[in-house]
Amino acid sequence: MSAHNEHKTMTLTLIVWRQKNANDQGKFDTYVAKGITEHHSFLEMLDVVNEDLIKGGKEPIMFDHDCREGICGMCSQVVNGVPHGGQERTTVCQLHMRKFKDGDTIYIEPWRAKAFPIIRDLVTDRSALDTIIQAGGYSSCHTGGVPDGNAILVSKPDADYAMDAAECIGCGACAAACPNSAAMLFTSAKVAQLAVLPQGKPEASERVKNMLDAHKECGFGNCSNHYECQAACPKGINVKFIAKLNREYLKAQFT
Amino acid sequence: MILDGKCPTGPIEKTWDKHRFDLKLVNPANKRKYNIIVVGTGLAGGAAAASLGELGYNVQAFCYQDSPRRAHSIAAQGGINAAKAYPNDGDSIYRLFYDTIKGGDFRAREADVWRLAQVSNNIIDQCVAQGVPFARDYAGYLDNRSFGGAQVSRTFFARGQTGQQLLLGAYSALSRQIKAGTVKMFSRREMLDLVVVDGVAKGITCRNLITGELESYAADAVCLCTGGYVNVFYLSTNAMGCSVTANWKAYKKGAYFANPCYTQIHPTCIPQAGDYQSKLTLMSESLRNDGRCWVPKNKADLAKHPDEIPEEARDYYLERKYPSFGNLAPRDIASRAAKEQCDDGRGVGPGGRGVYLDFSTAIKRVGADTIKERYGNLFEMYEKITDENGYKRPMRMYPAPHYSMGGLWVDYNLMSNIPGLFVLGEANFSVHGANRLGASALMQGLADGYFVIPYTIGGYLAGIKPGVVTTANPEFKSSVDDVKGYSKKLLSINGKKTVSEFMRELGGLMWENCGMARTEKSLKANLKKIPALREEFWKNVKVSGANGEFNQDLENAGRTADFLEFGELMCRDALHRNESCGGHFREEYQDQGEAQRDDANFCYVGAWEFKGENKEPELFKEPLKFDNVHLAVRSYK
Repeated sequence: MSAHNEHKTMTLTLIVWRQKNANDQGKFDTYVAKGITEHHSFLEMLDVVNEDLIKGGKEPIMFDHDCREGICGMCSQVVNGVPHGGQERTTVCQLHMRKFKDGDTIYIEPWRAKAFPIIRDLVTDRSALDTIIQAGGYSSCHTGGVPDGNAILVSKPDADYAMDAAECIGCGACAAACPNSAAMLFTSAKVAQLAVLPQGKPEASERVKNMLDAHKECGFGNCSNHYECQAACPKGINVKFIAKLNREYLKAQFT
Repeated sequence: MILDGKCPTGPIEKTWDKHRFDLKLVNPANKRKYNIIVVGTGLAGGAAAASLGELGYNVQAFCYQDSPRRAHSIAAQGGINAAKAYPNDGDSIYRLFYDTIKGGDFRAREADVWRLAQVSNNIIDQCVAQGVPFARDYAGYLDNRSFGGAQVSRTFFARGQTGQQLLLGAYSALSRQIKAGTVKMFSRREMLDLVVVDGVAKGITCRNLITGELESYAADAVCLCTGGYVNVFYLSTNAMGCSVTANWKAYKKGAYFANPCYTQIHPTCIPQAGDYQSKLTLMSESLRNDGRCWVPKNKADLAKHPDEIPEEARDYYLERKYPSFGNLAPRDIASRAAKEQCDDGRGVGPGGRGVYLDFSTAIKRVGADTIKERYGNLFEMYEKITDENGYKRPMRMYPAPHYSMGGLWVDYNLMSNIPGLFVLGEANFSVHGANRLGASALMQGLADGYFVIPYTIGGYLAGIKPGVVTTANPEFKSSVDDVKGYSKKLLSINGKKTVSEFMRELGGLMWENCGMARTEKSLKANLKKIPALREEFWKNVKVSGANGEFNQDLENAGRTADFLEFGELMCRDALHRNESCGGHFREEYQDQGEAQRDDANFCYVGAWEFKGENKEPELFKEPLKFDNVHLAVRSYK
């Protein structure tokens, strides 16, 4: 594969959260990123910095990442105070350096929420999100013994609504952005997806109650309608799903 | 030695049903006495762990990511095939079977492919029941689209995120079992060894990626669902953590590695932009339903804006070369055609490594809104990466490594040659032959996980006593000691080059000499260069940090060390196969650019056995018989 690299390069100052492990207090350290082009992704910029650190006998900055195409939900960094860096509908792995200018100073921090303890540097433990799904984020069908796919009709608007909700990648940016550290957008996306589909109806009441109980037990706060979650969400999940969750929760009190 | 896949015989339509009946069963009350390890939680692993848990087995599931929901199956975009024939366009189980055998260039087992086609319909039903929001038409019925290598519309999809939705379906089923207590989930664990006791797979050694501690897990059977190995090319569409490591460790414990030279280079990926690049991004094959591939006819037009190149000066090379399949020619063929245009000096974009994928005709026909509804997220992704608007200017595309058809050898029951070791999904070699058709990977992963392993593993477990081996067995301790020693060695070298530098170098060698086209000369060159690079790695690599901590550099070092060994096996396999088939294109064996198979000499599965460090592996053959599909030159003209 041939490469081209005739672009002008940038030099940036990075102020990065470093924390050795969960018990360490942590602090900000300053690094310089050199030779960065507009085509570098944000994580590729960090790769360049890390290569330098390793060669210099220093420990690289640890951060979660995997697919690097915005779908796995693994990457999770607060850039200049905003989860995923503030480009609309974009994960930090898809944020490109053309959004920055030569000479910029960039602050990089991990998700900060009680329910997401820091493991190291920018890496956090987000297993609380799995716990919420385990509490009821499914339709309880056993493998095999299900009807033909076309025996369950779903109107196109309902299918589209379910898909809008189902696009959530479970990154946790909603909780990181929320002043109450609520993962309500995350929880509501699953509740709404299954509540609108015929397959999810029989368990709707139990589901919403159990998932909200788990949400609380995990240490997330409650929603007070700041909508910071929607602004930070890299998949553009709409806060209307929180309204749907509230309605489902209210309904569940009477069933 | 001749390998036996233990495929059932008799009329192909009855093979799976008869085999299922013949398999021994484990009594429901006894199932809980058996422990099963599932490594990897993608479509194959997630579905397997959930289904086995539902049956009542004790399952321990492992993944290297922080959650089972993140496996790279999630990145599959376009869709999943099934022989539902909902559009009434002539599809059938037999046709899906036939297309898959032909698409794989007659290098897959008939019985395995038949089973895949047969259970494909159950998968769609299962996913719908889970609440997977497949695309629907206005009457509420499931919608379909077309994919490469087929002339029917059999692909089910959820916008451009089908893999995500199917994986979240499997993840939800898995979550339900975790809650129920039948599955114990271990995230952020990387399998670093297979534990074999008296020739039988009985457990694994894992690194806890948070603490760096090594952990032992014992079971009555081990299922590897650990994906593919195309990160051997360094730049690929795989996630950064995808590696050959789990499979390679099993290979070194005696499991045969089958057809490693069969790799899929996907035709439509965003071209590389610079040396710093860490991965390549795929644009779904579904785009070729509406996008037309072209390059300028004249080199003089290369510098022009595409809009300035008139219709008659464009070469729609796929439509020209393969009129009956056109832009939906299979992947291997479309990739080679793109390379051919670029090698001819008519490639577009930086470095001349790109072809246009043009939507203007489709936008004129159905409108930009419809195109947006079909592929909106893909256009968005393209713009984020390239800063170009695909609605207004044709996208630029170039082939990139995407999928591995080769993998650990398994029999019809998905069991490797090591008793008790099962291999599912992309990690095995079984159904795609030398080339995988689009929308078939999701189908295979879920088929293996939901509808094959729940039956076949029972047949194995019914014949053994549960819980005979525990982690107290000395094999576990010796495995932990080996892994510990290996990590210590990596950390002690303290050389001058980083792990990434070695991986880039290996990737370059693999891409240049064992990529889209291979020759005897290029492969022989690699068989010298790779061992030399490996030797340098063990003398001069610099790995930072320590053993007993969260250490991503050490994780990458281990994966790279395995790729440095595996790359050699891949080249060896490619060199021995003196023919071209599917994704394996040997330049010496071609007919005007089309792959030339040699059925007389190579109609077999080539499976390699590890014989010791720096020793030549031994090749075993499993002959392929075609009783239902005639061996023929594969034509899409």
